[in-house]
Amino acid sequence: MTEIVDILISASFWAAVLRIASPLIFATMGELICERAGVLNLGIEGIMVIGAFAGWMTVYAGGGLWTGVAVAMLAGMAFGALHGLLTVPFGLSQHVVGLGITLLATASAYYAYRLALPEVTNPPRIAPFEPLHIPGLSDLPWLGEALFSQTALTWAGFACVAAVSLVLYRTPLGLALRAAGENPHAVEAQGLSVGAIRMGAVIVGSGLMAVGGAFLTMSAFSSFFFEMVNGRGWICIALVVFGAWKPGKALLGALLFAGFDALQVRLQQTGMGQVVPYQVFLMIPYLLSILALILMSRRAQVPAALMTPFNRGDR
Amino acid sequence: MTLQDTARDETVLRLSGITKRFGALTANDAISFSLAKGEVVALLGENGAGKTTLMNILFGHYTADAGEVEVFGQALPPGQPGAALAAGVGMVHQHFTLADNMTVLENVLLGTGSLWSPGLGKPAARRRLQALSEDFGLRVDPDARVAELSVGERQRVEILKALYRDARVLILDEPTAVLTPQEADALFLTLRRMVAQGLSVIFISHKLHEVMAISSRVLVLRHGKLVGEVATHDTDRHQLATLMVGAEITAPAPAEARPGAVLMRLAGLSTTPQGNRPGLRGIDLDIKAGQILGVAGVSGNGQGALADLVSGVTSPSEGRLEIAGDRVEGWNPRAALAAGIGRIPEDRHRTGTVADFTLTENAVLESYRDAPNARAGWMNWSAARRTTEALIAKYDVRCPGSEARIRLLSGGNMQKLILGRVLEAAPRIILANQPVRGLDIGAVTYVQEQLIAARDAGAAVLLISEDLDEILTLSDVIRVISDGRLSPEFARGEKTPAELGQWMAGQGFDHAA
Repeated sequence: MTEIVDILISASFWAAVLRIASPLIFATMGELICERAGVLNLGIEGIMVIGAFAGWMTVYAGGGLWTGVAVAMLAGMAFGALHGLLTVPFGLSQHVVGLGITLLATASAYYAYRLALPEVTNPPRIAPFEPLHIPGLSDLPWLGEALFSQTALTWAGFACVAAVSLVLYRTPLGLALRAAGENPHAVEAQGLSVGAIRMGAVIVGSGLMAVGGAFLTMSAFSSFFFEMVNGRGWICIALVVFGAWKPGKALLGALLFAGFDALQVRLQQTGMGQVVPYQVFLMIPYLLSILALILMSRRAQVPAALMTPFNRGDR
Repeated sequence: MTLQDTARDETVLRLSGITKRFGALTANDAISFSLAKGEVVALLGENGAGKTTLMNILFGHYTADAGEVEVFGQALPPGQPGAALAAGVGMVHQHFTLADNMTVLENVLLGTGSLWSPGLGKPAARRRLQALSEDFGLRVDPDARVAELSVGERQRVEILKALYRDARVLILDEPTAVLTPQEADALFLTLRRMVAQGLSVIFISHKLHEVMAISSRVLVLRHGKLVGEVATHDTDRHQLATLMVGAEITAPAPAEARPGAVLMRLAGLSTTPQGNRPGLRGIDLDIKAGQILGVAGVSGNGQGALADLVSGVTSPSEGRLEIAGDRVEGWNPRAALAAGIGRIPEDRHRTGTVADFTLTENAVLESYRDAPNARAGWMNWSAARRTTEALIAKYDVRCPGSEARIRLLSGGNMQKLILGRVLEAAPRIILANQPVRGLDIGAVTYVQEQLIAARDAGAAVLLISEDLDEILTLSDVIRVISDGRLSPEFARGEKTPAELGQWMAGQGFDHAA
């Protein structure tokens, strides 16, 4: 037990929590926007891969870091547009389309990587985002390292949660988006286009997912390698449910999951790590997430029209 | 009186030559009419006559294949509800278009301003909504979640949505279908207020007494064509009914019943309550061949439990169930079918049919294992199709064909298919739970006559209905259900409606027990 307490009071643990949570925050917000409009976007995993690749490649080819983020976002939006086209106007199965997009986006990224760097065995590195020095706050003892040693992208993630929350609950656009996920017929009867709202939500949401992926290559690992997204997209889908489709609660979920993840890495290095196989530690965040999901999501209000295609003029 | 006199001079709406086809079905055939300021026009017609389709074209949900809509002299671009709303046309849909998890205010605000404006402006909107509520007598809490509202309140929200957007023409699609008589009266008061303020109303209905009460002019649709246009004070219910159906309508008058043997007996039978639905509480019931037994009662007093029991969905928790004198064990839907019970379920959409199955698939749902529909475990679809096509012809089911999805059918035609499915199986006992709910007179009369004919052929009919008039018209004997208990058996004409009403309110059970 004292080992866990030691971990919890170390500043590096908290810094790791924020870092691990960052990609999840972006991608979870992206998924949340899609689902609130009524579209389940299972393309998230692949869109994160394409974002990770596009952002990294831009910087590797000489572009600036923020240019890389923008390119990643555009790449994600392109795949989002494809997903939206197939699920919204064509009304195809959202499960099948989403998995297809994941396979297509992942394979495209790997293929493009191999085309660009056919000979490379060691993934080349780029100069990633540096921690943002906030005068005053970053110099605080303990707190400075624990909370204020993050990159600008992490802070953008938190800003993104606030922005999504504001738009969803305080603007006509957010109202229309939520209504499209609750009852598209209500949206149609009030003279708005369900198709346009859902398409927009899927495209913007996919852009955010790609930024989440880009965080991995541009702020966390500095290079692109296969399997690097490693199921984070699926975690984000669970986080949306965990957060009951509310941005604030989803943020909490992302931090909680990141906390479990940071904890298990550190537990592996303690005395327990000598006796327990490391795979058991790797399971911890997932097991605890499933448990939390069960506890938290039982009374969650699912968007009533989630996964229900809307066809105008249908009887 | 004032309704007719105020206007006629100012045309607010003109439809010309509206035609709409769905596959081979012409839902609207070159329909033209106009609407004046301050007028209530009733659009009358049987289910499937094309009333809702016409209004969906006017409001922009559908695009017409031909024809034009003009509002205040301006042509309305087709297929755009937004344009209709902007031109001052509002619509209260039969199936409400509200987001249940949002508040009343949010539902009203949806789509009102620019999507890109920075805020919602809720305080001002709330004040405006409250002012409209008071002006038109539509009381509703702006901050209540729609899911918590009663059906009547939801309808008020729908009307407020239109008024909030300054509708000058309001379309109401079957507005009273879901209302209690008291709520319907309140709606009529609101409509009169709106007309007094110069709004025009199109009122879709198939209920003649409502049309007579509220409208100044009646348009009658039949099979997609406009077959009549009459001033309400120049007509009567009989004429309208004849126009609507295209033939003289006579209410069924069953001959004296000749009851036979007891086919099904419930003795001291109870079932477990489910959620907020009461169970049966120790009922005794004899269902006899050649007799219609009507079970009257207020909604939610155990009718569902009785129907579930008879159709085998639930089994008794206590007491005895006998079929033809033999005690039954292992009661389930398959056993009920085998015992010769045909069921006309209360909710034809949810438990009567599978919406996305074809008519053929729906028609054989209860006989798919039997010849000629199946042989040696394999479906014989061509035989099933022939059976279904015969059924469609015999029971006058109006549909695009046996391979169409049943979702496309109107309620009346869906019910005719269900009725055909039941009667063609030659059942010994027919469970008819709300068999004519939501149907127009033509279909009502048809279904009722078929039930009487089945009785005359020796079947036992258990008729469950919340409509006392229907019970009194059809039943040879009447029982009243209240809180899971059954009253004693009353012969036809033994009790007045008022006396039955007292039993329905639960009076008399304690003495009888």
